[in-house]
Amino acid sequence: MSGLLQRRRVMEQLLRDRGDMIVTTGLGATAWDLASLSDSALDFPLWGAMGGAAMFGLGLAIAQPQRRVVVFTGDGEALMGLGSFSTIGVVQPRNLSIVVMDNERYGETGSQRTHTASGVDLEGVARACGVVHTVTVTEQDQIEELRTHLHTLDGPLLAVVKVALTPDPMTLPPRDGTFLKNRMRTALLGPRAIFE
Amino acid sequence: MSEPVSTFQNPAGVWSAAVYDVLKVGGVRLMSFVPDGGHRGLIERAQADPEMRAVTLSTEEEGIAPSAGAWVGGQKSVLLMQSSGVGNCVNMLSLLKTCQIPLLMLVTMRGEWAEFNPWQVPMGQATPAVLGAMGVLVQRSDDPNTLAADVDAGLRLAYSTYSPVAVLLSQKLLGAKAFGGSK
Repeated sequence: MSGLLQRRRVMEQLLRDRGDMIVTTGLGATAWDLASLSDSALDFPLWGAMGGAAMFGLGLAIAQPQRRVVVFTGDGEALMGLGSFSTIGVVQPRNLSIVVMDNERYGETGSQRTHTASGVDLEGVARACGVVHTVTVTEQDQIEELRTHLHTLDGPLLAVVKVALTPDPMTLPPRDGTFLKNRMRTALLGPRAIFE
Repeated sequence: MSEPVSTFQNPAGVWSAAVYDVLKVGGVRLMSFVPDGGHRGLIERAQADPEMRAVTLSTEEEGIAPSAGAWVGGQKSVLLMQSSGVGNCVNMLSLLKTCQIPLLMLVTMRGEWAEFNPWQVPMGQATPAVLGAMGVLVQRSDDPNTLAADVDAGLRLAYSTYSPVAVLLSQKLLGAKAFGGSK
């Protein structure tokens, strides 16, 4: 059953007082959502590489163990990389959280149904893969607790947030990958990012 | 290097020590892989080394994005796979090309010198072209005497020029897999 939560309101709440949290997204709606709320050096919205968002976050989490890393992605993107749930479950990154904004549709291509619309349970997949903290969020009053968990839990964490299918304005983040890369590397590494 | 190279009959052969040293000296601290017999020595060294993060992948495609993320976070990595795994990575390689993110891939070759298994031939023969088509710089190592230097050169090329680089470890170098014969 598709959700009623408003995706951008949810993301805005989850990113409140984010501090030095690194945020990356899958392609499509979660990238537009983030761009509508934030344009930070600690943001890395992907514009492609479908199925790779969680693993991109894993690499960041491994390289930056003192930071919290949060991946926002969609159900279609997550379904394309289900194997990565098993790898993340084995690696057990303590500082990685994945938030799947699940509207049960391929929203960029005409709102065709994804497998989650037919009952495929991404939280259950993650749990079976050994992701230690999993939750499915369907109610507004669960959001604040999830926000706290993004900052405090020893992960990995996977949250499926059941959101409504909504026609949100497309807000585009920077699309030059080298800009996104150099901006984040400079923020994380200082001059070493460019001169090493 | 005059020691015998690794073969599938001697999979933890001596060459992996010199190559592993090159990776360590070059600053690599993350090794991701789908196992291949030819990589066994490198994998076992990484798994025994507390300074190296060794990550087993469920498919080769999974290895591209964490290497990209790790480098954005300041860490160098190496990705190991067999030539058949290259085909699994194709679209994900866009991430490296578009963002100019360096990565060293060590690809053990099948489907060429003395191959026994016809199912290995299509992807093995297509591997250099597929990598090249996606913007990966392809180098080939055939000679055990230059193998460590070839990997060192590939690592430098990758991280000095922000390029994805694949070093193909030829089947002649590694030794053809024997089926149905002696173990």
